[in-house]
Amino acid sequence: MQMITKEYLTGRLSKGLRDDNRTPFSYRTISIRTNEIPNAEGSAIVELGNTKVLAGIKLDVSEPMRDTPEDGNITTSAELLPMADENYDIGPPTPIGVEFARVVDRGIRAAGILDTSKLFIEEGKVWSVFIDLYVLNNDGNIFDAGTLAAMAALKTCRMPKYENGLVIRETQERLTTNNIVTSCTFVKVPGAKIIDPTSNEEELADARITIANDFDVIRAMQKGMSGAFTTKEVNELIETTFDKSKELVNILKKNTGD
Amino acid sequence: MKGNIELIKNGKRLDGRLAGDLRDIKIKTNVVKNAQGSAYIEWGNNKIIAAVHGPSEALPRHTANPNKAVVKCRYMMAPFSSSEEHGRSGMNRRAIEISKVTGEVFENVILRDQFPGTEINLYIEVLQSDGGTRAAGITCAAVALAASGIPMRDLPYSVSAGKVGDTVILDLNKIEDNYSDADMPVAILPRNNEIVLLQMDGSLTTKQYSDAMELIIESGKKISAIQRTALLEPYVASENKNKG
Repeated sequence: MQMITKEYLTGRLSKGLRDDNRTPFSYRTISIRTNEIPNAEGSAIVELGNTKVLAGIKLDVSEPMRDTPEDGNITTSAELLPMADENYDIGPPTPIGVEFARVVDRGIRAAGILDTSKLFIEEGKVWSVFIDLYVLNNDGNIFDAGTLAAMAALKTCRMPKYENGLVIRETQERLTTNNIVTSCTFVKVPGAKIIDPTSNEEELADARITIANDFDVIRAMQKGMSGAFTTKEVNELIETTFDKSKELVNILKKNTGD
Repeated sequence: MKGNIELIKNGKRLDGRLAGDLRDIKIKTNVVKNAQGSAYIEWGNNKIIAAVHGPSEALPRHTANPNKAVVKCRYMMAPFSSSEEHGRSGMNRRAIEISKVTGEVFENVILRDQFPGTEINLYIEVLQSDGGTRAAGITCAAVALAASGIPMRDLPYSVSAGKVGDTVILDLNKIEDNYSDADMPVAILPRNNEIVLLQMDGSLTTKQYSDAMELIIESGKKISAIQRTALLEPYVASENKNKG
């Protein structure tokens, strides 16, 4: 970021004003499109302002984990595509990519979106649900966009059948989901705490926190970056999350035919 | 409660602790002679070594920051460290994430602008694990850093709290972690109780979250005291020797 942009943004943020004239606790425009990749059992593209994340879901028959022989598996991975941000590089997953996938994964798991016992097929065979998050363009807050994309893709995901040793993917059945989990991400910039930061705002920030919830239950939290939060600040942000998540849930429901 | 193991019976946990009790913690400094600073922690059945190398020239060069030191942290579990099967060697995704958030804790506390262009390497090796290794690792690494003489603005400690049924408990061990309804590792700077690490998954109401945070901060007094005693121990010992 150029120095002049940095100074300009910092000056405005300290007066509670944001680059795009948002208030501290408002989201950018959110759009959700599902079933964009019909070959995948489930898919969704979420745009959060200029941030764009695609979630694709495939279900395969596989062996259960040794410690949970009667449960299916959920695997969440993320690709921060090099085209999406000049700071993303080709190569193996970076710490931020791994953190992103794991934070989205924890929200979905902790909220019990999928009942893994229902993914059991027969002894030694279960369904594995692969959630792949593709960041197509990064303008900040991939966490909330990723959770929304995964959630929208799961809610509109087909449920394949397993018959006579074959996987039949063309079905009318839907994967059963329970609950809705969303996340709210905040950063601390000089003089303010703001929701849904852009890339520029993330660059100015020294601390980040993501809080995933369904209704008034906290399902997952993750603090990031080297800055600190006070206990009072975290309490306030939890309350704000409970409030703002209602908007996210409504948008999700509207776009997934719920 | 998840699963069918009764984790709390008549108010007592499987290992006899009450809800707000810590496991026994022992810390010893200077256990790795080649390191700038090091510490060994036994936290319940966890056994962890933390060692600090540096500050030294940041390599490769492009990783250097001309204004301050960069902290490179690696948390790793030995393949033989768990009571279950042989783990895979090297870094898995969990270890990458823990290394990242742990590194961020120490980026916060180290006075990094005193060492521009350098790197500080922090290694946390889990030799035996029994739940809460990232918290024990951070608590141990803080002591290793202090022992190395690298200046810090505070001595962080870390501990996790969680929930079994409706009971909020402190310092979950492996079996409690596996069957609990929430787990929340936190790292705190004790001087003003700033939160420098916060992770959580499971389910917590706001009240349960506050209760968990209260247990953590209350127990921090004990953990900080153990850290300080460990740091003083070599000096106390040599002073006694001189007297004797």
